[in-house]
Amino acid sequence: MGSPAPTGEGSPGASVATNTSPGLKAPTRRGTELVMLSFAAGLVTLALILVELNQERSLSMRILYLGVAYLALFACAHLAVRRWAPYADPAILPCVALLNGLGLVVIHRIDLALEGTVFLDGSTWDPVAFKQVIWTGIGLLMFAATLKFLPDHRMLARFGYTFGLVGLVALLLPGVLPGFIAPTINGAKIWLRIGPLSIQPGEFAKILLMVFFAAFLVSKRDLFTVAGRRFLGMDLPRARDLGPLFAAWGVTVAVMVLQKDLGSSLLFFGIVLVLLYVATERAAWVVLGLGLFSGGAIVAWKLFTHVQQRVANWQDPIARYDVVGGGYQISQSLFALATGGIGGAGLGAGRPEMIPEANTDFITAVIGEELGFVGFAALLLVYMVFALRGLRGAISVRDSFGKLLGGGLAFAVCFQVFIVVGGITKLIPMTGITAPFLSYGGSSLLANYILVALLLRISAAARAPQRAAKPKPQQPAIADQHTVMVERPK
Amino acid sequence: MNTPLRRVGMAMMVMILLLLGNATWVQVINADEWRKNAYNRRVLLDEYARKRGLITVADGTVIADVKETTDRLRFLRTYNAGPAYAPVTGYLSVTYGTSGMERAENDLLNGSDDRLLARRISALITGRDPVGGNVQLTLNAKVQQTAYDQLTAKGFTGSVVAIKPDTGEVLAMASTPSYDPNLLASHDANEQASAWKQLTAKDANDPLVNRATQALYPAGSTLKVVVAAAALADGKNKDTQYTAKGSITLPGSQTPLPNFNGTPCGPGETVSMETALAKSCNTAFGEMAGQVGASKLRRQAEKFGFNDPDLTVPLAVETSTLGPIPDEASLYQTGIGQRDVQITPLENAVIAATIANNGKRMQPYLVSKILGPDLKSIEDTEPDEVETAMSTANANALRDMMIQSEINTGGEGRLQNVQVASKTGTAEHGSDVTKNNPHAWYIAFAPAQKPEIAIAVIVEDGGDRGLGATGGKVAAPIGRAVMNAYLAGR
Repeated sequence: MGSPAPTGEGSPGASVATNTSPGLKAPTRRGTELVMLSFAAGLVTLALILVELNQERSLSMRILYLGVAYLALFACAHLAVRRWAPYADPAILPCVALLNGLGLVVIHRIDLALEGTVFLDGSTWDPVAFKQVIWTGIGLLMFAATLKFLPDHRMLARFGYTFGLVGLVALLLPGVLPGFIAPTINGAKIWLRIGPLSIQPGEFAKILLMVFFAAFLVSKRDLFTVAGRRFLGMDLPRARDLGPLFAAWGVTVAVMVLQKDLGSSLLFFGIVLVLLYVATERAAWVVLGLGLFSGGAIVAWKLFTHVQQRVANWQDPIARYDVVGGGYQISQSLFALATGGIGGAGLGAGRPEMIPEANTDFITAVIGEELGFVGFAALLLVYMVFALRGLRGAISVRDSFGKLLGGGLAFAVCFQVFIVVGGITKLIPMTGITAPFLSYGGSSLLANYILVALLLRISAAARAPQRAAKPKPQQPAIADQHTVMVERPK
Repeated sequence: MNTPLRRVGMAMMVMILLLLGNATWVQVINADEWRKNAYNRRVLLDEYARKRGLITVADGTVIADVKETTDRLRFLRTYNAGPAYAPVTGYLSVTYGTSGMERAENDLLNGSDDRLLARRISALITGRDPVGGNVQLTLNAKVQQTAYDQLTAKGFTGSVVAIKPDTGEVLAMASTPSYDPNLLASHDANEQASAWKQLTAKDANDPLVNRATQALYPAGSTLKVVVAAAALADGKNKDTQYTAKGSITLPGSQTPLPNFNGTPCGPGETVSMETALAKSCNTAFGEMAGQVGASKLRRQAEKFGFNDPDLTVPLAVETSTLGPIPDEASLYQTGIGQRDVQITPLENAVIAATIANNGKRMQPYLVSKILGPDLKSIEDTEPDEVETAMSTANANALRDMMIQSEINTGGEGRLQNVQVASKTGTAEHGSDVTKNNPHAWYIAFAPAQKPEIAIAVIVEDGGDRGLGATGGKVAAPIGRAVMNAYLAGR
């Protein structure tokens, strides 16, 4: 299992065909992608029209521009995939297009709801949907660039340590920089303000660190599989090999303490744990990691009031409804979801203006209210398909680095969804984190488009017909060789 | 590496399944708990977002209007001439719910009534906001205003009800002290709260109670018309002789039953029923009730509308009762409207109207029409004859006696050129009749020969006359002014 399996166990259909009959060209499935993309575009257009109708607005030309811009962007993305990663998985881009499109529609819808709102400081609501379209454009540009300039994902492994260093700095930078350049927004210190731009370096750090960990673990994985002591029927790793795990744990705690960003630290720690597990194939790491996490969580809960608040809000949001930093947000989210019920209020007919942070952390609550449980479940399933298709690419790719990186990226998406959606539905304590591709925010969108490009690159590598190996020296057919007498068994 | 990757895939699916399960709990199974939570203002906002129907009086003048605001609660309920109509319209308050017509016709006004179904569906198709239906009342603006002004001019606590005898339409329904429903309908929570506190204060004298339908009073001498009707039905006539003593002893007891001031009813031993009614002699009517008997008296009262717990106009109406009549003595006392007789001003007006309408009791009603949002009539209320309480001959005989009563009654404001039939009452109440000022009653209809309006007036606790108050001095002038307002304005 350790060595890359030449047959690509994951996708027997495609790979077997390529391997057994090199003369036949493997299907690229780009046509399938185009059909699914068109379907996604149709859904998004329908959603936009519904919003406009329910808000009693005439279908203006602006809608047309937004729609055309959206279609053009994803048509370009499709062409980019066609050109630079023709064998990429056909389901991933349509999932992303649907999520991103729905996100745009909902952000536009929230703009309409908040239009004319005057805030306490006298400022008025500034519509952001158009900005998000621009960010989508830039995101897809990065996506295309990643595909173009990274013809082989294994190139990344060479820069593992550089990425790790940059990632670590990016992750911790907002926490240590002074307030004027790294302001505290909504209690979290995760932003860098450069001129008119606010960026969240943590979103990019997530990917950089994943590349580092995957490269690091692949090069050193033999070390981690050396058994240490046996304890309770498990092979514990040797103490000195625990270094990376403790390092990750330390960084996680630092993020939690310095930036008060519980969501990101949870996400980051989960990813490291999964990468370790996949690299070593040993559950001991998971148990150990969960133990460390639980210990850290309990200590954090004891030490930090903002952690205690989150837990108390989670246990009984209504009881703490009127407390500052209390259960108001999560209560509003639950009210929205419950009022939406099974069928939802209808796109454009809900009350997103009552949900705090509606277009970022709580955007799924808006969708749950307006599209109901049906739409909410569909949304979760789209995320699942997206993540599982990404994982499928990781399983069928041939190199260890690709497997590790692909698995980590796919898990990261799914885990992030779990953290944010679990938070707004009161499954787990609420931790501020964005919903991939849905939430408003340039950094998150750009980072996630790079993530998708990497997943597509890995899946393309998995499905592409292998380049013809150097021709082996011609050997005469077996039939032409001399018969050799083998010693008869006694 | 593929085995752990597959396990990671399983973990991802489990995460999504957990989210789906939790969403099912929040949005479907347990949704009502969150939807109906007091903090969830969505349901309320939905109701306020719909344009509520108007309430108008008979000539179409709007008394409960809606105004569009820029608040979160879109439509503000406004009441024109609030206090005069408040007992009928009631209030619509975010915090304190509804009362009066706002409650009785809430479904129609907020647009959820089934009678508006066809219009709701068409609104759904055309994409317009659903709008509530309108309620047109039977109230006559002039009569209502006169009734309210008459009661408030001297600061009386009491009530006036006017009914059109041949249909049962309620022409006026006033109750004082009243209140301004605009304060309770305010979108400013503080204004609402302070108004509520003031209106429900101990010394505020229950302004929120509509005394016409919700207050029960001893009927006093006004009940003598019911006793007389029972006696007429029993074969007696206006010339039947009864005792003229100034005071008699109740049978089976030592308790005296005196006339007003103990004055004998006439020079002789006996007086006719006509004289006894005109002079409101207690001794004669005690004897009359004793002769009729409890069961016949009760049946006659029920024919006039007593003991009807389901009566709605459509405001809910308290049940008027004669109370228990365990023995002869209590029958005598019941015969003069004391003991446990409890009656609403509305019921007393119904009695007057029934006599006026040749003994035929019409169902009293306040809503003349239900109009769709487009002001097209959806439903017209048809006058409903409930039952024949008296034969026409007996009703005419009783009317003639009441004409004599009016002639005998003092007080100001006698109608010129219009014959009035009436009966006064001065109802003692409380434990000590020498300290508790009596309630002043007046029931009447006019013109006597061709009645167009029947009224009942009560002024609590003697009005401005204290212990010396009588129905004739305190209540009759109000009743006459109200009738005059209607008859003069024809």
